[in-house]
Amino acid sequence: MTSPSGISRGREGPVIDIGNLPGHSVELGRDTPLVLDCGTPLGPFTVAYQTYGELNAEKSNAVLVCHALTGDQFVAEPHPVTSKEGWWEEMVGLGKPLDTERYFIICANVLSGCMGTTGPRSENPETGKPYGLDFPVITIRDMVNAQKLLIDHLGIVKLFCVIGGSMGGMQVLQWAASYPEHVFSAVPIAASGRHSAQNIAFHEIGRQAIMADPNWNGGDYYSRDTYPHSGLAVARMVAHITYLSESALQRKFGRRLQDRSEVAYGFDADFRVESYLRHQGITFVERFDANSYLYITRAMDYFDLTEEHNNVLALAFPETPVRFCVISFTSDWLFPTSESRALVHALNAVAANVSFVEIEADGGHDSFLLDVPELHATLTGFLNGAAEHRGIA
Amino acid sequence: MTLEDIKNGKGALRADLQVIADLVAPGSRVLDVGCGDGALLAYLDAQKRVDGRGVEISQTGVNSCVAHGLSVIQGDADTDLKDYPSDAFDYVILSQTLQATHNPKRVVSEMVRIGHRAIVSFPNFGFWRVRLNLLFGGRMPVTEALGYAWYETPNIHLCTLKDFVAMCREVGVAIEKGIALAHTGHAGDIHPTGLFTNWLAEQGVYLLKRD
Repeated sequence: MTSPSGISRGREGPVIDIGNLPGHSVELGRDTPLVLDCGTPLGPFTVAYQTYGELNAEKSNAVLVCHALTGDQFVAEPHPVTSKEGWWEEMVGLGKPLDTERYFIICANVLSGCMGTTGPRSENPETGKPYGLDFPVITIRDMVNAQKLLIDHLGIVKLFCVIGGSMGGMQVLQWAASYPEHVFSAVPIAASGRHSAQNIAFHEIGRQAIMADPNWNGGDYYSRDTYPHSGLAVARMVAHITYLSESALQRKFGRRLQDRSEVAYGFDADFRVESYLRHQGITFVERFDANSYLYITRAMDYFDLTEEHNNVLALAFPETPVRFCVISFTSDWLFPTSESRALVHALNAVAANVSFVEIEADGGHDSFLLDVPELHATLTGFLNGAAEHRGIA
Repeated sequence: MTLEDIKNGKGALRADLQVIADLVAPGSRVLDVGCGDGALLAYLDAQKRVDGRGVEISQTGVNSCVAHGLSVIQGDADTDLKDYPSDAFDYVILSQTLQATHNPKRVVSEMVRIGHRAIVSFPNFGFWRVRLNLLFGGRMPVTEALGYAWYETPNIHLCTLKDFVAMCREVGVAIEKGIALAHTGHAGDIHPTGLFTNWLAEQGVYLLKRD
């Protein structure tokens, strides 16, 4: 019988040459450190970001794309580590809804990420070693505050649009709540004003899987030659299921077997769906830092715009001048339409300018990353309307 | 005719929508409840530069509106108006939708709470053709303005112009202006005590405000 643990091959963690990533990098918070929600001042820190298109003379055409939990700044170009195409090439590029000929697209790796922005793998100036768990716990608001410093650095006063799916959508909402005068339009996709109990629960499984891996070593593994490979892979496998839908899994895999005509009476990957998940887990480990995964999932768990506004979500957006376009997908059970609807009701309560579209798609939560024609049409229409009001040619 | 035509001022609006559009002051804040394909919103946006929003019950209608750059959400006139703050809009519009709501009284009350003015248009069940249809045909009337058989109609709360005026009085809503639309599309002001209007109007359009 073959080994049941098909994901524990390889010992190395991600090999990312931070110094040679494509794109840009800036040191922020040198004069005044960024005071994080947890109370810790952070600074100076690095933000790695990528841009596409040109900023116009009026600086009115900047779009900030906020990436999701495991995304990064490489929105519309081959990934420097995996060589796979950018995570949102569906949406960003020449002739795409986020047309690089019309808009200046910015995407920054989030604080506590692992693609060049300061995170748990970065060097702690106090010790000269990687932070590990000494890195302060980050919130969505901290990520957004860091992005605001980047936008200031780029000399942009008002973003034409802040857009993102999933955790990206959380950042969009935080932008609209924290900096309404600096955001012309906001597009939270497959998102929510607060992370649900079910979602926190799934994140907790992922974190426990990582922390149960002996190679995790209390978060101090950077100088060792072992990496919490299996833990991070299992975390990814669990999470990946939540990004899909029952019907998509059934359609894609059914009960089909992997490279065999009958079951092997063992615990190897008999089923295609098992093989697929293992592959997802293994490839993820090649590009992601386990500690970053802990920190970023935590940031999502802590996100609750409702609680911090006297349990009234509407109070997060008083007299907001922002034009919103809220988008959800029928098969998304991680951030279901009901969450988007609650957000829309809150925005109605402050008479905000809001569009809300639920799109029929069976791809689950990840639908925002897929080729969904109605998503294209919605975004193109909304952005065109907003650009007209903003006076962007 | 497409929304693009309407935006470019090429196409003509449906007769009742044109009457409503003429009542709206330029540059005002407008909520169109039951905005359908967005024709009125597109017209008001392009021709009157209003700050327009829409609510539409059909997801297909909503998605098409948003894809044309209109600010529209999926929602229900019966349940979703309560979310809006008072006096949030200059006009709240309900065109050809009142008769399909579950609680027309509450919908109209909410409209005049949310907006400084409300504009309501609906088919007149007192129109002579409707009356004759039932009187001589002995069947539920099916006319141009009421194009459904009884078993599939979404129109569950049909009323006559007189019925509507009486309801407004009952819920404390003042009628600032009433306009009758004849079968020909001809529009004329409704005299409050006009005897024949309730016979001749195929549709009524009313401008309302809180009493």
